[in-house]
Amino acid sequence: MGRLLLLGPGLLYLTVLFLLPIAAIVGISFLESNRFGQLRWEVTFASFERALDPLYLRVLATSVVIAGITTLLAVLIGYPTAWAIARLPPRWRLVVLILVVLPFWTNFLVRTYAWIVLLNTEGPISGVLQGVGLIESPLQLLYTPGAVIAGLLYAYLPLMILPLYVAIDRLDPELREAARDLGASRARVFLTVTLPMTLPGALVGAIFVFVPSLGNFVIPELLGGGKTVMIGNLIRDQFLKTRNWPLASVLALSILGILLVLLILQSRLSRRYAPVSHD
Amino acid sequence: MRHHRAAGGRTIAIGLTAALAVTTAGSVALAQDPATSPDPALAGQSLVISNWAAYMPEDLPARFEAETGVPVTITNHATNEEVVAKLLAGNSGIDVAFMSGQFAQALTEGGFLAAIDHAQVPNIANLYPEANELAYDPGNTHSVPYAWGTTGLCYRTDLVDAPPTSWYDLLTPAEGVSGKTTALFTQRWLMLPAQKALGFSANTTDPAEMEQVRDLLLAMKPTLLAFDDTTFYSRLVSGEAALVEAWDGWCNYAIAEGADVGWVVPSEGSDLWVDTMTILESSPNKEAAHAFIDYILRPDVHSWVVENISYKVPNAPAMAAVDPAVLAAFPNLAMTPAELLQQESLVDLGEDGAALYQDIADQIAAQ
Amino acid sequence: MTESLSVAAERTGGGAGDEGTGAAMMPAGRRRWARPARWPMLVLAGVLVFLYTPIAVVVVMAFNETGSAYRWSGFSTRWFGELAADQVILGALGNTLVVAAGATALSIVLGTLLAIGLARYVRSGLLDAFALGPAVAPDIVMAMGLLTLYVTLGFSLGLHSVLLAHVVFGTALVTATVRARLGHLDPALEEASRDLGASALQTFWRITIPGVMPAIIAGGLLTFTLSLDEFVIAFFTDGPATPTLPIVIYSLVRFGITPEVNALGAILLLVSIVTVLVAQRLTGLGGRDADT
Repeated sequence: MGRLLLLGPGLLYLTVLFLLPIAAIVGISFLESNRFGQLRWEVTFASFERALDPLYLRVLATSVVIAGITTLLAVLIGYPTAWAIARLPPRWRLVVLILVVLPFWTNFLVRTYAWIVLLNTEGPISGVLQGVGLIESPLQLLYTPGAVIAGLLYAYLPLMILPLYVAIDRLDPELREAARDLGASRARVFLTVTLPMTLPGALVGAIFVFVPSLGNFVIPELLGGGKTVMIGNLIRDQFLKTRNWPLASVLALSILGILLVLLILQSRLSRRYAPVSHD
Repeated sequence: MRHHRAAGGRTIAIGLTAALAVTTAGSVALAQDPATSPDPALAGQSLVISNWAAYMPEDLPARFEAETGVPVTITNHATNEEVVAKLLAGNSGIDVAFMSGQFAQALTEGGFLAAIDHAQVPNIANLYPEANELAYDPGNTHSVPYAWGTTGLCYRTDLVDAPPTSWYDLLTPAEGVSGKTTALFTQRWLMLPAQKALGFSANTTDPAEMEQVRDLLLAMKPTLLAFDDTTFYSRLVSGEAALVEAWDGWCNYAIAEGADVGWVVPSEGSDLWVDTMTILESSPNKEAAHAFIDYILRPDVHSWVVENISYKVPNAPAMAAVDPAVLAAFPNLAMTPAELLQQESLVDLGEDGAALYQDIADQIAAQ
Repeated sequence: MTESLSVAAERTGGGAGDEGTGAAMMPAGRRRWARPARWPMLVLAGVLVFLYTPIAVVVVMAFNETGSAYRWSGFSTRWFGELAADQVILGALGNTLVVAAGATALSIVLGTLLAIGLARYVRSGLLDAFALGPAVAPDIVMAMGLLTLYVTLGFSLGLHSVLLAHVVFGTALVTATVRARLGHLDPALEEASRDLGASALQTFWRITIPGVMPAIIAGGLLTFTLSLDEFVIAFFTDGPATPTLPIVIYSLVRFGITPEVNALGAILLLVSIVTVLVAQRLTGLGGRDADT
């Protein structure tokens, strides 16, 4: 099998339908367009200047904070969850892993819609809290930034649990035991042995959660009630509604830039904390 | 905008009186009369029509197809912006697109819409005279009105202390209503309450005026349950909301579901919106497209539309043919063309105006 | 690497049990240390409740007479009947299956070849990163870029344009899984095959492909699943006359209560449970291999 035959089709495909589109976004960000989306072929930095408007920076900052909180929660919940799964008897472990992934097979919009039902003032959560007497009047849970975070966490938590599980599963239990034998406390074992060795897995999970959260526009729309907007909403609106393709491109590039920084960070940290290999 | 999901249409149908069912069946029977046989001029043509979801009777396309032999595919859009985006993306395959007048005006300016050949749409004579002189397209050269109406406040009579009369009842809600209101978010109607409350034109492109509009809307935002273009009427029905900014026809859906619902056009005035039918310049099926528009404008068909979607249509014989039971059930259907024309017609704002509105909308959303 | 993984799997595979016997042999004073903490189990239970409560809501609503989310009005299967008669949803389901099946098939071919090529001939990490990039690229950026490209080239929009777009991330996913598997294959096998006189093509079909088959299936399943549920890229790159299921569902959920969609959600869940069980039986996937 020739090198060309093996590498050629895939690389050609990705060049045309992955590299070229991204190059197009970069190129368009230096142009101007009218409201019908027709481009004027003149190089300008106007869209970059406009993207520095405090308005867009604020939305970007809000998005980073919301995606960041989501990722942090995913890590905090994901670690003990993955740990608990790794501790299950092998047969149960598989069942639970499948249970974690299974929700992905029902449409994510349907699942997100279910949250509207759950968080509604007339919905069950508010109702139960009222019934128990914890709150007096219906609780406004929906259409808050908290609801958006809950929706994002719901959508992407499994993407944190899986890589963490793989990382924890690979851990050499003897290392932990050795540390314990030497008198380290449980917390200390976690901080000095488990955490560094599973960090690469956590970083992969963090990227899997953070990146789609950052660019999401559906969940803020459905669960944020239009009151919480993220950068994805602005990109969608500038691209499809206002047809200001150059500005949409610059905003999209900001997400891409953040992703690149994260990937570099991830590969640096992973190399530093690479798990002990048995090869 | 004015569109609701199919299941809602069904519930409404169930909610209506038996008398209505009988007359609807009657008009359907009428529509089935083989008044015309398949037209040889349309042979080989087919139509892709984009309309708001459930904004026309579900089996209307099939009836049209049975009469003319032209196969119809319906696609749905949720907002004007969505259908315009699809049209401008090119090669959309759409022949007939439903959109609001000011959007048709913009697309006409861009050269995307075909001229309407009135000779191929004889039923256009059924339109009220007023509906031929609308500001976004005088003479209906590139669009044909499908439905029209205005925007106001829709409220639960049992959940508000006093019936609202002013846009300020929404902008600065009373204690008991705060947190139980929704406002439209699609741009022109997002701005409308503040524009009218401040005494500005609904078509203003004055940046200083729009800044005041923005500030008023920003003050309103914390009092809102949500911005909502699509589910506000079901929120009224469930009691989650007490007062919502609504298009007239859509307020009727809350009435149809049996809630104690009132409707008012605020004292400061409101808009006159017109949803139109347009033919794409790129369509290779223009004869069939004209035939479809002509079919809609037939009195029996257009009154069937009114009974089905609970919106007013600018078609004189069609409105006259609407079942009295329907008119009694939905008081705002009785608004006359003269009353509607007292409101301000929405027109396209031009390139800079559109950018200004987007910017203000972003600022409101981002705060 | 294969070995290290299976060793790790063996070790943690016996995890709880080993720990138990180990603890039993330890002096009494250290037994407390060795007992695993309980609270992670509670977190796991909480996560499962978190993941499945909304799904329970979907299923309950699907069987609720009025389809209301807030009041139970009696058991009914009428929404499944309505669903069966809903041409829009069924048409969209068909569209989605066409896209997912086509994208999966094409991705498997492109991704498998690419993975083998990368493993054999490429030492540069940059090319690796390029091939895997679409798997992590934000979907809104890909959606925008692809629509821009299509529009610029005057390419028509429809199921074919969505399919081609889905192949982009599909290829990356298949490449990633197959590439990982190739690392675990013993190159001696291919050498032996050639030494015994098999042609390169024969070796490829008889040795290499069967060796990476579990990874191809895994990557293909992943692509199929993600394509079925993919909304953002489809929303941008689809033509108006051929909406995929997520696009139709998006337009429906924005209008609120959607009993038919809930019925569909319940069916999809059932189908996926059955598929997972069957796939597991057939391929042995999800055993030790699932971790690789």
